[in-house]
Amino acid sequence: MNIVVCLKQVPDTNEVKIDPKKGTLIREGVPSIINPDDKNALEEALVIKEKEGGKVTVISMGPPQAEVALREALAMGADDAILITDRAFAGADTCATGYALSGALKKLDYDIIFAGRQAIDGDTAQVGPEIAEFLHIPQVTYVEEVEVKDKNTLKVKKALEDGYETVTVKTPVLLTAIKELNKPRYMHMKNIFKIFKQDIKVWHADDIDVDKSLLGLSGSPTRVRRTATKEARGKGEIVNKPYKEAVTYALSKLKEKHLI
Amino acid sequence: MDFTLTREQQFVKQMVDEFTENEVKPIAAEIDETERFPQETVDKMAKYGMLGIPFPVKYGGAGGDTLSYILAVEEVSKACATTGVILSGHTSLCASLLEQFGTEEQKQKYLVPLAKGEKLGAFGLTEPNAGTDASGQQSQAILDGDHYVLNGQKIFITNGGVADTFIVFAMTDRSKGTHGISAFILEKGTPGFSIGKRENKMGIRASSTTELIFEDCIIPKENLVGKEGRGFPIAMKTLDGGRIGIAAQALGIAEGALDEAIEYMKERKQFGRPLFKFQGLGWTVADLDTEIEAARFLVYKAAVNKDRGVNYTVDAARAKLIAANVAMEVTTKVVQIFGGYGYTKDYPVERMMRDAKITEIYEGTSEVQKMVISGKLFR
Repeated sequence: MNIVVCLKQVPDTNEVKIDPKKGTLIREGVPSIINPDDKNALEEALVIKEKEGGKVTVISMGPPQAEVALREALAMGADDAILITDRAFAGADTCATGYALSGALKKLDYDIIFAGRQAIDGDTAQVGPEIAEFLHIPQVTYVEEVEVKDKNTLKVKKALEDGYETVTVKTPVLLTAIKELNKPRYMHMKNIFKIFKQDIKVWHADDIDVDKSLLGLSGSPTRVRRTATKEARGKGEIVNKPYKEAVTYALSKLKEKHLI
Repeated sequence: MDFTLTREQQFVKQMVDEFTENEVKPIAAEIDETERFPQETVDKMAKYGMLGIPFPVKYGGAGGDTLSYILAVEEVSKACATTGVILSGHTSLCASLLEQFGTEEQKQKYLVPLAKGEKLGAFGLTEPNAGTDASGQQSQAILDGDHYVLNGQKIFITNGGVADTFIVFAMTDRSKGTHGISAFILEKGTPGFSIGKRENKMGIRASSTTELIFEDCIIPKENLVGKEGRGFPIAMKTLDGGRIGIAAQALGIAEGALDEAIEYMKERKQFGRPLFKFQGLGWTVADLDTEIEAARFLVYKAAVNKDRGVNYTVDAARAKLIAANVAMEVTTKVVQIFGGYGYTKDYPVERMMRDAKITEIYEGTSEVQKMVISGKLFR
């Protein structure tokens, strides 16, 4: 089975701070990591490969330094890595990103495309589904379990807010992974000392199957009108009273503010 | 001189950091309290190739360098010094000795499974009457046809109760003094070889530190490492490498303790402000941070020089001397910063302080390191 995993290099949002005046991320000194959900996607791809055979290719669209994330994926066990990078992609929203990635994926042979549910820096959960739409293939999102029935059929458990849904789906298919799917493995020492000798393929806009006018900022229907930073809330009030009195007090306060 | 880690070394650090956070740190207090050997951690280290980092791929290793291995010991020791010494004892003292001094047959038979992590290694030199004076070996191996008959006893052997492959030293010719000591490979389960008392220790409590007992233990002749009578220099050269491992362990303990202190000082308030706002404490931590950084570069330098193939005996001695000092200094001061809480088991810093002490003692005491260094100065 040939599996392509789309992954994104993101700032570790546990370490990110926001400039309160400009409302932008302070990127300085913040480590870059593989987006956590994408690691779950990669882990599942590696598990399927170990059982069924085949090949796992990782692909990422990003600046040249995203190569580090691809190398990490190779050190976890991926076979091949492709970096999609070009100034023409700059300013892409999720739609233009999904389009560019689908243009690269058209050049690859795949049974399953795996993506993470969403990236921790954008939180949109749109790119995976958009790729499937551009490629005209079925998709199952929020995947928490995958069973390979045969080369052409998967049985997939999709998480819902209040339960799950089991979907039987034909390949080729796009799946988006959630963290409940598995526990990603670590890089393997043997791979670490091997993968820096391996070439990472670099594809530019000319190398993929796209209409260039639909790339980057010009291909992005999204327009950001303004951004706002959530104001820090006050400390709140701690009420030290027996619970019945405390509840009565809290209710009176909420009523006073017309919240209930 | 380049102070940047290679891309491989950066990945090793990142991998072991993640591994430590998820697999080592959560059980560190429990295994210390119960003295339980963390077999599950050893199995996981084996699975990820951590037990063979500096050995060539053809011998089952990861094909890495010494500094990468040292970074791994340092990272795990930040959370758990026990795990650090399990890794260091196995790699530096047992597997590394075989890589340096073993025959091709010995490497294939013993180094490969050790480097793959299928087997765990130990090193037996110390005896009740041969500690710092390692030349006073009482254990004796007498050649009898195609095998040696080994009798004697070892003490304080790291991984003693859990290892599969042991390197042991014994007198093959008492009349020759240190030139009569030889090194042997001994397998667990060999008739006449048993494990004695397990030590109840102040620190690194989950590591298996035991006696080894040899009673007419038969060792095949082909398990002699190097030539007969060459055991002492083999032990000393191996300990040079081991010292870098212990120095990395000490460095890790110090860093782990300082990290705990920094977090604590941000949260703990006295007199209406967090501890870090008190200049006296801020300066204390600044000193500790600087000492750690100084120790780090001596430890890394020793590791790099080992790979360069230059004599690193003095580098290793300096590295272990300063790192062990720093570990003791930092952990003691960090417990002080924590005050009463630091003296309880609610926080890991008392364990770190207990763990730090051994780094001044084993694989050559701090005094031995000074003998090595002054020996070079007045040669």
